[in-house]
Amino acid sequence: MNSLLTATIFSPMLGVLLLALVPRGRETAMRAVALVVSLLPLFLSVVLFARFRGTGEFEFQEIVPWLQGYQVDYRIGVDGFSLPLIVLTAILVPLVVLQSWKDYEGRVRGFLIFLLVLETGLIGVFCALDLFLFYVFWEAMLVPMYFLIGGWGGERRIYAAIKFVLYTMVGSLLMLAAILYLYFAGGHSFNVTSLYGLNIPQNAQYFLFGAFALAFAIKVPLFPFHTCLPDAHVEAPTGGSVLLAGVLLKMGTYGFLRFAMPLFPEASSVFLPAISILAVIGIIYGSLVSMVQPDLKKLVAYTSVAHLGFVMLGIMSLTPQGVMGASLQMLNHGVSTGALFLLVGMIYERRHTRQIAAFGGLATPMPLFAVLFLIVTVSSIALPLTNGFVGEFLILAGSFKANPITASLAATGVILGAVAMLWMVKKVFFGPVTSEENKTLTDLSFREVALMIPLIVLIFWIGIGPGFLTRKMEKSVTKFIERTTWHPSIGQR
Amino acid sequence: MENLLFGISIGALVALIPALPLVGGLLNGFIALVCRSRRRPVPKPLVGVIGVLMPLLSFALVVYLWSLAKDPAVGFTTPPLWKWISVGDFIAPLSFKVDRLSLLMGAVVTGVGSLIHVYSLGYMSHDHGFARYYAYLNFFLFSMLVLVFGSNLPLLFVGWEGVGLCSYLLIGFWFDDPAKAAAGMKAFIVNRIGDFGFLLGMFLIYSHLSAKGLHDPNGLLTFEVLEKFKGDLFLIATPVCLLLFIGATGKSAQLPLYVWLPDAMAGPTPVSALIHAATMVTAGVYMIARLHFLYTLSPVAMQVVAVVGMATALFAALIALVQSDIKKVLAYSTISQLGYMIFGVGVGAFSAAIFHLMTHAFFKACLFLGSGSVIHAMSGEQDIWKMGGLRRKMPVTFYTFAVSVLAISGIAPFAGFFSKDAILWQGFATGHTILWGLGFLTSGLTAFYMNRLFAAVFLGKPRDGHLYEHAHESPVSMTLPLALLGVLAVVGGWVGIPEALKGHDHFFRWFAPIFAYEEFFAKIEARGHGLELLLAIATLLWVVHLSLFANVLYSQKLGRMQKLAEKMGKVRLVIENKFYVDEIYRFLIVRPLTWVSDKVLWRFTDQKVVDTLLVEGTADTVGLLGRALGLMQSGVIQTYALLFAVGAVAMIGFFVL
Repeated sequence: MNSLLTATIFSPMLGVLLLALVPRGRETAMRAVALVVSLLPLFLSVVLFARFRGTGEFEFQEIVPWLQGYQVDYRIGVDGFSLPLIVLTAILVPLVVLQSWKDYEGRVRGFLIFLLVLETGLIGVFCALDLFLFYVFWEAMLVPMYFLIGGWGGERRIYAAIKFVLYTMVGSLLMLAAILYLYFAGGHSFNVTSLYGLNIPQNAQYFLFGAFALAFAIKVPLFPFHTCLPDAHVEAPTGGSVLLAGVLLKMGTYGFLRFAMPLFPEASSVFLPAISILAVIGIIYGSLVSMVQPDLKKLVAYTSVAHLGFVMLGIMSLTPQGVMGASLQMLNHGVSTGALFLLVGMIYERRHTRQIAAFGGLATPMPLFAVLFLIVTVSSIALPLTNGFVGEFLILAGSFKANPITASLAATGVILGAVAMLWMVKKVFFGPVTSEENKTLTDLSFREVALMIPLIVLIFWIGIGPGFLTRKMEKSVTKFIERTTWHPSIGQR
Repeated sequence: MENLLFGISIGALVALIPALPLVGGLLNGFIALVCRSRRRPVPKPLVGVIGVLMPLLSFALVVYLWSLAKDPAVGFTTPPLWKWISVGDFIAPLSFKVDRLSLLMGAVVTGVGSLIHVYSLGYMSHDHGFARYYAYLNFFLFSMLVLVFGSNLPLLFVGWEGVGLCSYLLIGFWFDDPAKAAAGMKAFIVNRIGDFGFLLGMFLIYSHLSAKGLHDPNGLLTFEVLEKFKGDLFLIATPVCLLLFIGATGKSAQLPLYVWLPDAMAGPTPVSALIHAATMVTAGVYMIARLHFLYTLSPVAMQVVAVVGMATALFAALIALVQSDIKKVLAYSTISQLGYMIFGVGVGAFSAAIFHLMTHAFFKACLFLGSGSVIHAMSGEQDIWKMGGLRRKMPVTFYTFAVSVLAISGIAPFAGFFSKDAILWQGFATGHTILWGLGFLTSGLTAFYMNRLFAAVFLGKPRDGHLYEHAHESPVSMTLPLALLGVLAVVGGWVGIPEALKGHDHFFRWFAPIFAYEEFFAKIEARGHGLELLLAIATLLWVVHLSLFANVLYSQKLGRMQKLAEKMGKVRLVIENKFYVDEIYRFLIVRPLTWVSDKVLWRFTDQKVVDTLLVEGTADTVGLLGRALGLMQSGVIQTYALLFAVGAVAMIGFFVL
């Protein structure tokens, strides 16, 4: 099948169509439709992964001329960086549908439609090999996210939604300018694969890299562009947070891997130390600030700042281990943090609060919940045999080769991250059950346990046998390093 | 050596050693979870059988492998089951190292471990977390065995962190008590500080070898490969060894990271015996012994290790002198004994340190289990001043405790005498005279505080009649392991009787092919047996006197001792409060860090500077400007965004130009 990738991208839209047809009030039917339809891209992406050979080139490429006068193509394809993220997106969406099975009565349809539109946008972003197409998906994904936060979010949802859009738009506009410059400089083409070899004057590279990097840094988020993240996370509905943390943030790091760095190797080599330092600051800063958060979601959001700092550090190391670790950690963070947000959503559904102080001793009434939470915590603080360890360990090993000092500073995050998470676990799960409301809490239902199982399996699978991923990603990592490494002595690549 | 037992390859056979407890842990964990969420009673017999059988089978496997290791070869590395991590030249295969060192450690871990699993049948029989307890305990054995048998540093680190996690779970086993949960967390975090050093040590080795262009299909961090490339590690040996040693100070509770171990006594007592006395805390000693070829490259690092070890031994012994909680005394004595072992590896006496590790596992496990038996009998009371005279009520506990006290005090011919003497002598013989002196002093303190404890608990008159009335000997499941460990506390040292005492020192010879450290052997052999004998007798007399002294004082002159203690005033207060180290850490590290994170980073930098000033400020000013220019036409968001963008472009432009 030649259009497997296209089918993966647009299969969620089928759900949008079907959801529009379901009569008003039949909410369970809507949920069922969304669930079944969301299994389609999951199935297709798993097929893609199984067939993916990991040659380092873009596979499953599809090229269809689009705006012919302007040489804009519908050009898609995947490599070892994008494919795992596509699978991740496809895994998370059905879980979100399941998690929200009992929520949003009376306004389910909109929620599910925006969710599926968002999925198409996200998968599209990771597939696009044409800068124009990429930009279209990048912006398109903003709309459903804006409505998800603004429509189904918490109390300050409008503020958070606007802040989120503002932040992103600033970056995207600059990126658009840079894309247009590239188009005119690069022989009127938006084709990424041909732009990789382009010779761009030094000054222009700095500006272009800066524009791309800013757009992506805001998404990552790299310190100090991170302040929209906690707000967006806290106000977003659970499903929104899951996709925001699980996938949207990776659009930033993915952008560095796919565009900002290999397109402008010379500028990358100049900005690289500065970005590494920002990444390290993010790691330490994120961990420290998460330590003192009174709100569960905010705490997890700040640990994301730290985790994504690790990813950036790995990318900046330009070593096979660092980049591989970063790429794995993008996936890992999606799994672990996605799982954390799902779990936080489950307790929020029961108690309608996320304040850590409102809990205490939850392990007594909710043993299943406690065990799942602990497993996910352990993966988040990167204990060996969980996915987090493989990623973080490779990142640190790789970046230590590149720069022992920044890597050593980053490694303090190993301690601080553990403090933040375990402190929270202690306050939420251990100690006596003090509040009456917590005494009668019901443990997780079958549905809730079932939806966590895929993520738990991934946590240990990637932790114990990451070979199934690394083998498919290895060549892409090498390719990225080849494209990005700048050799001043040669002058030109 | 191919196809041995039932046609199972040797690699799979070794893998089974950690895998069996893992299976036990998974099964029991599953049972625990199902029973908890269905609110059904735990099938204790089933849980107990699974929980005890798996460690016993592992023990049998270790013994079987041992019988194969008779040839003096330095051991072998099994072919990898699969490559756990493999990216470029960074490879961590899942394979195991079998040599005399790992076999001995494995035997101690599974042997003592099995006994403690049996003991727990009785000790935990009334606990409703019975299945969860056995799940954790089995997981712990799994991690510990990965640590011991792992063929490379990353795999050792898997076990290293794994035992830390199990320790965290087991210290906080009774999690509804906030103090216990806090103790678990403290243990984990302090260990993580050590792990930070350990990680950097690994990265330094790897990046150094990788930069030299070296490569090996088994990975650069595999022990065999490291030994092969040790010449290339010469330049970085000192920082590497010191970084790894930071890890050891965490795990083996040395200065300055020992603070978690006394708090770890919040866990069930068999856990204290297994994890916080016999096995996990010796991981640091094992790691240094495992990497002896690296440590011997750096005399500086060795010296640091020796000094830290002896300083810890003395420091902890001083604190142990004034503790009144039976488990706290044992905790500080563990720290102190670990100090001896660390001192041992620091002076190059690797086999002596491992010897002491083994005997200590026997007598300290016995002491902890004995204390558990006492606590069990006293309905949970841990204050030694409320005990007394228990010898009549609990004869088995009394006798096993007695021989273990003799062993730890270093009285011949009990186990501790030979191992401690080996460390002290080899330290002296390698020229560490001052440190030897401190070790001599510490051995006296050890004898004193251990006999003080013994006398207060078992001798004299009962001080709490009510508790005494209800005291009773423990069931067989508890006394049997006690008796076995008691026997080992007596005879365990006989495998290492030195030549100076007309023995053959089998232990030392057995390890000689592994710890081939010529310089050290030469120094030891240069000294005559006469001096060795003299020092041994001097030490023996010193500890015997202090033992008797303590026994008499604390069984018969208790009132006088208490008056004396009162007179000591301030000094006593400082020691009793453990030199205020916890308070100092809290004041200097914990509180400033949380304050900075909360007030400076979050509430000020994030919320005030970045959000209010930069984000909203920029938007506001630019927005105002925009309005003035009459550019506002469409919806609010787009306009703000555009104007914000203009501001940002200006900023970027400023940076670029």
